[in-house]
Amino acid sequence: MIRMRDKPYIILGLVIFLGLLAFPFWYNVGKASAAPEPSLDTPAIRQLSQKQCVEARSYMRKSHMQLLNDWRNWVVRDGDRIYVAENGKKYEISLQNSCLQCHSNKAQFCDQCHNYVGVAPDCWTCHIEPEENK
Amino acid sequence: MLNKALSGSKGYWSWVVFLLILIGLGFACYLWQLNKGLTITGMSRDVSWGLYIGQFTFLVGVAASAVMVVLPYYLHNVKVFGKITVLGEFLAVSAIIMCMLFIFVDLGKPMRILNMILYPTPNSIMFWDMVVLSGYLLLNIVIGWKVLECEHQSVTPPHWTKILTYISIPWAVSIHTVTAFLYAGLPGRHYWLTAIMAARFLASAFASGPALLILLSYIVRRFSKFDPGKEAIQKLAAIVTYAMIVSVFFVGLEFFTAFYSRAPEHGMYTLQYLFAGLDGYSKLVPLMWLFAVLAVVALILLINPKTRSNDSGLKIACVATFVSLWIEKGLGLVVGGFIPNPFERVTEYAPTVPEVLITLGVWAVGFLLLTILYKIAVSVKEETA
Amino acid sequence: MEISRRHFLKIGGICVLGLVAQPLVKAFAQSDVSKASRDPKALTGKKWGLVFDATKCKYSEGCRECILSCHRTHNVPAIDDKKEEIKWIWAEPYENAFPGQGHEYIAAEIKEKPFIVLCNHCTDPPCVRVCPTKATFKREDGIVMMDYHRCIGCRFCMAACPYGARSFNFKDPRPFIKEENKEYPTREKGVVEKCNFCVERLDAGLMPACVEACPHKALFFGDLEEPGSDVSKILRSHYTIQRKPELGTRPNVYYIIV
Ligand code: HEC
Ligand code: HEC
Ligand code: HEC
Repeated sequence: MIRMRDKPYIILGLVIFLGLLAFPFWYNVGKASAAPEPSLDTPAIRQLSQKQCVEARSYMRKSHMQLLNDWRNWVVRDGDRIYVAENGKKYEISLQNSCLQCHSNKAQFCDQCHNYVGVAPDCWTCHIEPEENK
Repeated sequence: MLNKALSGSKGYWSWVVFLLILIGLGFACYLWQLNKGLTITGMSRDVSWGLYIGQFTFLVGVAASAVMVVLPYYLHNVKVFGKITVLGEFLAVSAIIMCMLFIFVDLGKPMRILNMILYPTPNSIMFWDMVVLSGYLLLNIVIGWKVLECEHQSVTPPHWTKILTYISIPWAVSIHTVTAFLYAGLPGRHYWLTAIMAARFLASAFASGPALLILLSYIVRRFSKFDPGKEAIQKLAAIVTYAMIVSVFFVGLEFFTAFYSRAPEHGMYTLQYLFAGLDGYSKLVPLMWLFAVLAVVALILLINPKTRSNDSGLKIACVATFVSLWIEKGLGLVVGGFIPNPFERVTEYAPTVPEVLITLGVWAVGFLLLTILYKIAVSVKEETA
Repeated sequence: MEISRRHFLKIGGICVLGLVAQPLVKAFAQSDVSKASRDPKALTGKKWGLVFDATKCKYSEGCRECILSCHRTHNVPAIDDKKEEIKWIWAEPYENAFPGQGHEYIAAEIKEKPFIVLCNHCTDPPCVRVCPTKATFKREDGIVMMDYHRCIGCRFCMAACPYGARSFNFKDPRPFIKEENKEYPTREKGVVEKCNFCVERLDAGLMPACVEACPHKALFFGDLEEPGSDVSKILRSHYTIQRKPELGTRPNVYYIIV
């Protein structure tokens, strides 16, 4: 049984717990940052005749993490290294040699968004970042 | 009932604070390990498991404390164990939690531990070890707590606790067996590749778990008004005696097979390394002889009815049993398996200071939990006595 | 405020279950329509194998081409501390590479002769059997592969491997990599690693780096199930041995001794 006289303690405990849980939110209060503007200005992209990612921009924006997940499973677990895009175009499946070949400005591109939403993908301890980001 | 852990004597609180300090030290070292990697330990490419996995292996054995009181009580109607089943169960709970923590601190990438559940792999013994250990933990928490609660409220425990208890008996056997299988199924590790491994694990578990339980019973008797009873302790002592005899016998069997057959694939080189040194390396030799001496001391004190029924004689015997098996299983068995390495070279192992502090920290977590659980149990027993 | 504890625990339990179930559901709900295909240039085989010809190897004369090439290609760090060393391919004297297969009167030049050792890509690999997350697994072409994204660093595979082929990253390997190959990832502290038979090169139609780099034609690579392959021909025409065949792992690296 939860007893009546324990109520204040329970509520106090809950409040502290929720407060801690919400730490990321109030920690960022007042630090409102501008919406990210990932830069597409890289040598590789400049040379593209058609300024296009491996998939449509909206899809990339929303689902690139899922795509990368699939990519690495296809390569590492199935040995399939060619990606066939929605429009039939083919790409080498590689984080370092495809994504970051075009998006060689990782700091102004990937990191821009990720810092904004507060995710830190742990890929770069192994996958090597392009030179210009160091 | 939890609130019973919140009031205690000055001694109780000093002990808790002492444990908290150890935990803090261990935790600080663990943060360091997280940051630097396992390089801060003494482990190496050749001896890739050390103190952590040794403690894990040993503590799985200690968790047998529960089954060794529960089995006689429920299956053989040994009434005197009725008072202390909960002590055995709570010791098992603490031991299993320590086991899990030791596995955790040993991982190179602890944040990925959920991968074991996300990608369940039935052909891996490690997977089954996770299953049986968590099951055993759950069984003992639920049974121990519920039965104690009923005692607190002076009602008879519900029938399902009895069913769970019956399940927990074979389950206890499974944790030792599966943990032994971690080792006994690896080709090329001669010292571990022996069918007797699971039997050895069971025997040493049935000695070390109850031995610690006896010592804890003495401590409980000294610091509280609850007396586990001379008869219960003596019954446990008999169990320890038999299990210790069988344990030492099993170790002897390994010696015979290795040295009489002289076939290297029966672990002769490892035994040589452990007890005499190999190629000039002999770091573990003094410890292994300490094991041998303590085991003999324990056997003499246990087998002789005079010393066994004498409180101080039994205490010494239990300490000797516990320490000797700790050396044999917690250190010699795990480290020895890696020596010599697959190229027949010797790389020695010695834990580093931070590694020892992390290990102490985990033990302290276990003892803190044990202290709290025992405090509650003993308070309930004092009230109802 | 009359919630019984039982009720509270029930609800709590369901919440915890939900939390655990969420990643599970997510894992299973993955899109599995593969939009990927093999590179048409990829080398394909049913069971890759390697033959080392000790009569041709010039390791004793200072040649290290296979090792250097492999370690450079795969960003294997050069850590001097023997205890934390990381190596995919290296040399061992006969008596260490083949313990139990020598005797006291064996010719000194054989006893000390260096043999190139690496992961054997066993047909029945113990490391795959013990891995609790399927981070080490066997590909259809026989290659024992590691998924570094999944490895939890438990080192069970190191205990299981009878060939000492596996290394653990005790610390961050990056400072020990002299020149990075930008096309291949490194590893990080806390994961195990080993030779991958150059899957990334095979998949792109290239021979393994060590085989390609050997200036003395001492290494042969090919499909053991293909009678016409180099390795099959050599195995038919020479006396070859494997490391520790008695363990039943059925290694796929073979050695010509004399
Ligand atoms: C062929 C060069 C190329 C490759 C390879 C490439 N991208 Fe792109 N990416 C682009 C271009 C160009 C755009 C802008 C598309 C547009 O404006 O429609 C873009 C857009 C994006 C966007 C959306 C940015 C925004 O502001 O909305 C994301 C996210 C993205 N890429 C991620 C990736 C990832 C992840 C990979 C690897 C799986 C990858 N890209 C591979 C060229 C490339
Ligand atoms: C348009 C903004 C944007 C850009 C540009 C972008 N990302 Fe992301 N990325 C996100 C968001 C938002 C998430 C978090 C999604 C979530 O938490 O579900 C994310 C998540 C990820 C994740 C999964 C992280 C995790 O912890 O689950 C990976 C991997 C990733 N991004 C890689 C990249 C790479 C590589 C690039 C550059 C080539 C890139 N992203 C560019 C917005 C972006
Ligand atoms: C422990 C080191 C490690 C980490 C961390 C890591 N990777 Fe990898 N990854 C590798 C290695 C090594 C390969 C190479 C496998 C091969 O090519 O055979 C690889 C391959 C890949 C591939 C396919 C081939 C290629 O060259 O890119 C993708 C895609 C990939 N990783 C994505 C990711 C993403 C996304 C993350 C972060 C969320 C990540 N990886 C984190 C080590 C790592």
